[in-house]
Formats: sequence, structure tokens, C-alpha cells
Amino acid sequence: MAAQNGGTTNGGTRWIGTRPVRPDGVDKVTGRARFGADLHLPNMLVGKVLRSPHAHARIRSIDTSAALALPGVKAIVTRDDFDDLPSEFVPAGEMLINYRDVVRNVMAREKALFEGHPLAAVAATSEKVAKEALDLIRVDYEVLPHVLDIDEAIAPDAPLLHEDMITAGVEPPPSAPSNVAKVVEFAHGDVEAGFAEADVVVEREFSTQPVHQGYIEPHSCVASFAEDGQAELWCTTQGHFVVRGHCAKLLGMEVSKLRVTASEIGGGFGGKTVVYLEPLALALSRKSGHPVKMTMSREEVFRASGPAPGTWARVRVGVTKDGRITAGEAELKYQAGAFQGSPVQPGCMCAFAPYDLEHVKVTGYDVVVNRPKVAAYRAPGAPQSEYAVESIIDELAKRIGMDPVELRLKNAAREGTRAAYGPTFGPIGLVETLEAARSHEHYRAPLAPGRGRGVASGFWFNIGGETCATLNLGEDGTIALVAGTPDIGGSRAALCLQTAEALGVDVEKIRPLIGDTSTLGYTFLTGGSRTAFASGLAVIEASKDMIGQLCERAAKIWNIPVDAVEWADGEARPAGANAGEFDPLTLADLAGVAGKTGGPIVGRAQINAQGAGPSFGTHLVDVDVDRETGRVTIERYTVIQDAGKAVHPSYVEGQLQGGAVQGIGWALNEEYVYDEYGRLQNPGFLDYRIPVCSDVPMIDTVIVEVANPTHPYGVRGVGETPIVPPMAAIANAVEGALGIRFTDLPMSPPRVLKALEEAHIPEAAD
Amino acid sequence: MARAHVITTVNGDPVEFLCDTEQTLLDVLRDELHLTGSKEGCASGDCGACSVIVDGRLVCACLMLGVEAQGHSIETIEGMAGGDRLHPLQTKFLEHAALQCGVCTPGFLVAAKSLLERNPDPTETEVRYWLAGNLCRCTGYDKIVRAVLDAAQEMRGG
Amino acid sequence: MARVHFTGNFRQLAGGDEEVSIDASTVRELLLKLGEHYPSLAPHLDEGVALAIDGVIHQDALFSRIEPHSDVHLMPKIAGG
Repeated sequence: MAAQNGGTTNGGTRWIGTRPVRPDGVDKVTGRARFGADLHLPNMLVGKVLRSPHAHARIRSIDTSAALALPGVKAIVTRDDFDDLPSEFVPAGEMLINYRDVVRNVMAREKALFEGHPLAAVAATSEKVAKEALDLIRVDYEVLPHVLDIDEAIAPDAPLLHEDMITAGVEPPPSAPSNVAKVVEFAHGDVEAGFAEADVVVEREFSTQPVHQGYIEPHSCVASFAEDGQAELWCTTQGHFVVRGHCAKLLGMEVSKLRVTASEIGGGFGGKTVVYLEPLALALSRKSGHPVKMTMSREEVFRASGPAPGTWARVRVGVTKDGRITAGEAELKYQAGAFQGSPVQPGCMCAFAPYDLEHVKVTGYDVVVNRPKVAAYRAPGAPQSEYAVESIIDELAKRIGMDPVELRLKNAAREGTRAAYGPTFGPIGLVETLEAARSHEHYRAPLAPGRGRGVASGFWFNIGGETCATLNLGEDGTIALVAGTPDIGGSRAALCLQTAEALGVDVEKIRPLIGDTSTLGYTFLTGGSRTAFASGLAVIEASKDMIGQLCERAAKIWNIPVDAVEWADGEARPAGANAGEFDPLTLADLAGVAGKTGGPIVGRAQINAQGAGPSFGTHLVDVDVDRETGRVTIERYTVIQDAGKAVHPSYVEGQLQGGAVQGIGWALNEEYVYDEYGRLQNPGFLDYRIPVCSDVPMIDTVIVEVANPTHPYGVRGVGETPIVPPMAAIANAVEGALGIRFTDLPMSPPRVLKALEEAHIPEAAD
Repeated sequence: MARAHVITTVNGDPVEFLCDTEQTLLDVLRDELHLTGSKEGCASGDCGACSVIVDGRLVCACLMLGVEAQGHSIETIEGMAGGDRLHPLQTKFLEHAALQCGVCTPGFLVAAKSLLERNPDPTETEVRYWLAGNLCRCTGYDKIVRAVLDAAQEMRGG
Repeated sequence: MARVHFTGNFRQLAGGDEEVSIDASTVRELLLKLGEHYPSLAPHLDEGVALAIDGVIHQDALFSRIEPHSDVHLMPKIAGG
């Protein structure tokens, strides 16, 4: 079942698959919606951060006395204001994090480990005074040699970021410390035996540059500590419960004394799953007795918040003449930034996930470098490794003279395939996306001379996790829905639709709210493509809970047993002729008499959602390459992805389109430029160029629906997979246009020009 | 330090404010007048999230000083809807799902309004180039462009 | 007996074993017995572990059911952006 833009079917459901205006829409088109920086409190101070100008330096001393003496300065915090925390790994947005590292990331202790590393934070009566105070703080540094890239970091004599870091995952453990935090391996079968069966083996090395999530809203928060030790925090985040946990830990608080409210969030893409300013603002508020607002400048966002890692990969894949992939092997090295924990592990697990391989081996290295600690960015780890593999697949198809979609179809993972990362897949939709690609008009359209067409597939796991939801039934039969997952791209609409479907009521009767940390039980963050799935399951469970109560009330009113009452189309009815003759009671009827029949009616759910359905997509792209300037233009782009079931198809399409365009930026332009001192040279949107409106065409979408059996309506997460295929799809298209395979991203004009010169392709070729 | 006294017009209403001479118009709108619909995404004129219209011209409020507002007429997102009725662009953005996180949306709407005041019948390419100063990281621009083209058609009476 | 397969570095911690049969009806019971069977694996089973039970990934789910003939893969926990 596949549908073009606007045509998704909603067979069998009344609300799922429809496209109502989102419930928070009017606030967002009128400027009413309040984002992180939009809160003003009385007596509020402004907090600013002093950041290291050095990529690597020991901090001998920090003298804040002159700054503190400046009129208007109310508090200054440094490393001395945060207790050191022991090494303890906890689950966070992306992988496990270690509080010993978190406390050091928010405020440098022994060393500054990247340019932009916080050293002190000031709260003052105005931004101007706060900035003047920063200039008065004296820091005595011992500047140390730094390492920015993987090769430098793993060299035998490399300067060490962490003098006690012994590589994990190696037996026996190395005796000396290094910048390699961890080695991971995923393997099954015997790759050498597999390669022996191959007729063609291709092996290449690839590199990708760090890229920033590029959310338009910088990090921002307001913290307000009361004298009794209770605090409130307002912040832009993908997970306010996670923020609460981290901040309480760093400030030595009980979680119930910290109430965190998630503002509207102006983009995150994984980058707002960690804390930066929040613990500092709380510490400043505690010290000053005032509310403190802190907002990063765009420059600070680039210098000090998490990019996706730059990576190096060596990939080797073998295929027989008739198109059977016999073995795949990859070695992946990912930059973690200043602290361990790059997404190399998921990168390894995803690398060959789209393929049914008997023999596979992937080894990954987590490497620390003097850059900001990486943060999750949409399918963290997967785009880099799948870019390398999907490029090789394309090359193999050419080498054996097979259509690249056919080669993928021939080897595609399907239900029952043992995934390259271990377990066996349930129902998945990769084959369906490939078939949709093959039959799509885009794939068969004639290609203008000089242009190239590329195809690539992608995979992401998707997750579930701890989730709560509450449905409060109002006395007129309308419902206030409270969810705990910040709405980053229209999820309130998706939750209202699932509730309307489960209760059988009009979606307009449901008003959603993202509750603060005191209104709901612990709810994991918006990430891992989990919100429509996991908060969806929670509102469906809460609906069932409410229906149970509604049926009980109807049973009481009718004086019949509760099992003689059924709920259908939004009303209680006698279940069959034996139950008796009664007029149905609607939600509004029962809501109106709730007080007299037992009290308010509230549906609740607190679940740990399991069984998120994996997500696959296939992208098609046509490019034109200007031989004179080296500019690659995206002429046409089609995203095909399995959504399981598109709850609100417009927002599913939006995820596919947005992810694809982020991938276009990753492929063609985005990179960090550092000078010899390890200082970022392009910390702004002028020089770190994300795609603008005139850079891209319309992004066509095809939503394939292979139901996820663990969700009542078949929903799978959709948000992350769309960023996985673009880099390889575009590289494959550029290869088609020029006959040059780019193995290093981005394929920016200078690099394309250089490659054209080296290949002696004349400008007049087009 | 003495603050400057500025008399201006915001969304048709006379407004007076005091500001530091180095405060940008965006700072004044957000921090002094509490019109927080205009957003700061970059403070360098690269993202367009603070787009406002000054005497009919599209401007990044982060690139203009508050004192420069003296005697001019400023339109912000807060003035776009008339009473209880949304502007057709606002309606079309909602119908086309042309926003995800919504933080760039006020800037896009103000910029698109400015476009349609000059060119009521823009081509897709004209829309794309006019809006190239407004960054959106969520949508990939597809639905934004469609919403603007659809609003233009409706406003032309078509 | 459920068949438990080791993915990634868990294989190393399980002394190189690719799989083992364990008699367990819940995730908690299975993890407990795995820890007893492979002492070097035990410290790694508290956090950061996911189980694919018959192809469906379970995370932080001590009481998820394991059927007598379930196919279980021990793998690193997944999150996402």
C-alpha cells in the first residue's frame, strides 16, 4: 500500500490517517507560542558563560574576585560550585552517559578540552554587565597540544585528553592510556569465507565531517531557586524528565524538588537531549536568590553544543556476478568529541542492516578529540556508516552490470532475515520501499545529459521506553490530554488523533498539553523516533482506562453488569439484546453526570513501550553538476519510507522532507573549519551553510505502510531514517553525472572542482 | 548611562520606549515591549527568524538598532492577524502543515507577506529566492513554498 | 530452554560463546542466570542492555515474557536523536 503526497488511505480508521490542523498551530503562526527564550520573570538576572579560548589547556587557577566586585554582578559559579561525581553510566538521549563526564562537560574542571568549554558563569542585572564581568575573570592556563582529527588522536604519541582512559572492549586491556575509549565489534559468519565466494570485491575508505543539528532556536532556559531548596526550570529540551534527572544529580537535589517545564522547542534533532546551560542557571539562581535566564548565542551553539561526529570508515563488500552479496566488512572510527560516547555502536549495528548477509563483521572505535562532545543527531551514528556501505553497494551494482535497486532487492532484509546486528526482523518494509522506488515515475524518467541519478536505502531501529499520559475528562465531554514528550514536529496532533481513534470521539474535542515534570510520571525524551509510537501507545492505554470507567458508570446508571456494556463510536451501549434496552450514553452524557456517579473520570497510562518497529527508507535523487563552479544542484528528490501507519500524513511527509534536506546539507556543504590552534572559524549560519529555500527543489514523498504489529494502528517511528540515505544517494548521483566517486564529505564546490581538475574533465563537458 | 527615548509605531499603534543605544530593534521588541514572536536565531542577519517590516521594507530586526525605529512604522508577527481572523498566509501555513517546530514560522510569515505585497503572483523560484534569507531546519521548505503559493492564489481571488 | 545469542562485545564477555541455552521465563530470570553462567558478563547486564526476544526489541523490561523456545539476542541498548 503506497500513496503519493496527499493520498494516504485511512481504511478502517476514522481519525488515523487524516490531516487536521495541528492543535498548537494558531499559537505558532501568531507568535504566541512561547519558546525557550520567551519567558521573562520579575527580578530576573541574565547569565553568561566564560568559555575556553584554547582547544586543550590545563586550568591552573580561576580568579573571579574582580568580576564579583563589578556592580550588578550577583553570582559567579565555577568548577568549585559543582561536586565531582563518580564514574557512573546512565542511559541518556543517545547512548550511555557518565556523570563524571557530564559534570566536566557543563563546567571544565582539571582541563579545558575544547574551544568553548565553559569555565565560569556569571549572573548579573543585565547582559551588558554580565559580559563585562566575563572580561574581568582571570584564568591561568597551561596550554597543551590538541588533537582534532581521528588520525592525530590515535597516533602513538598523541596528546591525551584523559590521562586515565584505557580502551574498553579489548582483551587483554591495554596497559597504557590512549584516546580510544572503546572498541566494539558485531560479527556473524565468516567474512573471509564469504569474500572467497565473491566474484567482485570492492573496498574503499570514506570520511565524513562533523555536522551540527542546526536547530534555529539556540539553547535557552530560566532557572528559579527558592530559599527552601525547591526550584523551577523552564527550558527548551527534547526531554524535561531527563533534564530534571541530570540537573538534580549535578546540583545534589531530590528530583521532586525540581520542577522542569519544557517550553515550545525550536528544533532539536537530538541536540537538545543533553544539558548545557541548565545546571549553570540553577547554580547561579541558587547562589544569587534570583531567577536566572541563560541563552546561547549562535556562536556558542556552534562552539559548544554537540555536532554529529566526524568519521572515518573502511568498507569492503563482496558480490557474485548474479548479484548475491556474500560478505560485508567495515571498520569505523568516530569522533566522540571531548568525552567518550560517540554513536559508533549504533553506527556499527546499522551499517549493513538493510541487507540479508550470512557473513558480516563490523568493528568500531570511539575516539576522543578536542572538539565539543558530540550529541545525538537524527539516527545517531547511522548516516555515516550507511553512507559508506550504500556507496559501495552502488559501485558493486555498476561493476556487475545490475540495476542498483535490483541489487538491493535481491539482498534486502525482510521478515525473518537475521539482522546484521543480531536479531531476526519481524515485519519490515524495505522491500516495499525498493519496489516503490523501482516503479516510481522518478526512477524511470529520462535523465538530461550531464546529470546523474542516485539511489540509496537507510535504516534506523526506533525505540519505545518509559512513557506516561493522562486524559482528563471535562464536565462537557471534552478532554485535556497531558503528555510528557515535548512536541518537536507536530506530535500533539498525532497523539490527539490516536486518542480520538481509541475513544471514538471527535479529534476537535481533545486539547493536548505537554505536562511539566510534576504532572506526570517519568517520561523519557522525544527522540529515537519514539513519540508517535510510545506516547501513542500511552494515550491508547489511557483511552482504554477511561473507557473502562465510562462503561462502569453506564452500567451503574442502567443497573446492569459492566460486562453487559460496550463502548463503540464514542458512546456506551448495551452489549447485545440480553443486556437490556437502553439509549446509548455518549461521552458528554457520562461526563455531565460523572460527579454524581462516582466522581471525575481520568484515564491514565504509565507504560514502558516495547517493540518499536524498525524503519527503512529508499531515496532517489537527480543532480546536476556545474563543471565551472563545482556546485552540485539537487534537481529532483523522492523519499520513500515505511511509516507503519501514517497517523497524520502531512507531518510524516514533513519528517521525510526535512530529514532529506538535512542530509542534502550534510552531503554538499556542511562542515566545521578549524584553525591551527583548534579554534572554530565558521561558527555562524553565514559560513556554516545549511540548505536554504533556493537550494532545494520540492521533495516528493511516498509513504509505504507495513504495519508494526506491536502497535494497535501499526505505527512506526519515522523521524530519524530520512537523514540516513541522502549522502550516499547524492554521492551515487554525482558519480553518475561525473564518473567520479566521492568518498569524502561534503561534496562542496571546492572539492568537486578539485576532483574535476584531477580527473581532467573539461568544463565544456556539459 | 542615559537611555534613549524613542517614539515609533508598532503594528499600527503608537509606542514609546527607552533603550540603550546599542540595543537592537529585536532586543527592544522582545525585552522591552515583550513582543516575543520575533525570534533570535543568529543575531547576525543570517536566519531571518526576527523578520519584521519597517515602513514596508523587510528587515532583520537583529540588524537594526532600537533607536533607529524613531518615527518609523514597524510590523511584527503579532500584528499579522486582523482581530480574530488569521491572515491567509497564516491559514495556509496551518492547512499545509508548513511548520514543524514553529520557531522560524513568524519570520517566514512576515517575509512571505512582504513578498506578496510586492509580487502577488510569484513563481516557485521567486518564492524560493525571496525566502532564501529565512532558515528552516525542520521542513525542507517544501510545504512552506506550497503554502505561500496557495496563499498568493487565494489572495488574488483565485 | 530459550536460545540466547551474543551480539557485539557481549560475545567477548561471554568467553567467545556465540550462543547458550538458558531456562528462564522472564528477562530478569534470564539476566540473572546469564550473570551466574558468565561472571565477566554480569556487571554489564544492569545497564545498557537490550534483548531482542523473537525479533522484538525489549529495553528495561525485566518482566517481559520469554517463551520456552524463544530466540533471544543480547545487544546494546538503543536510543536515538
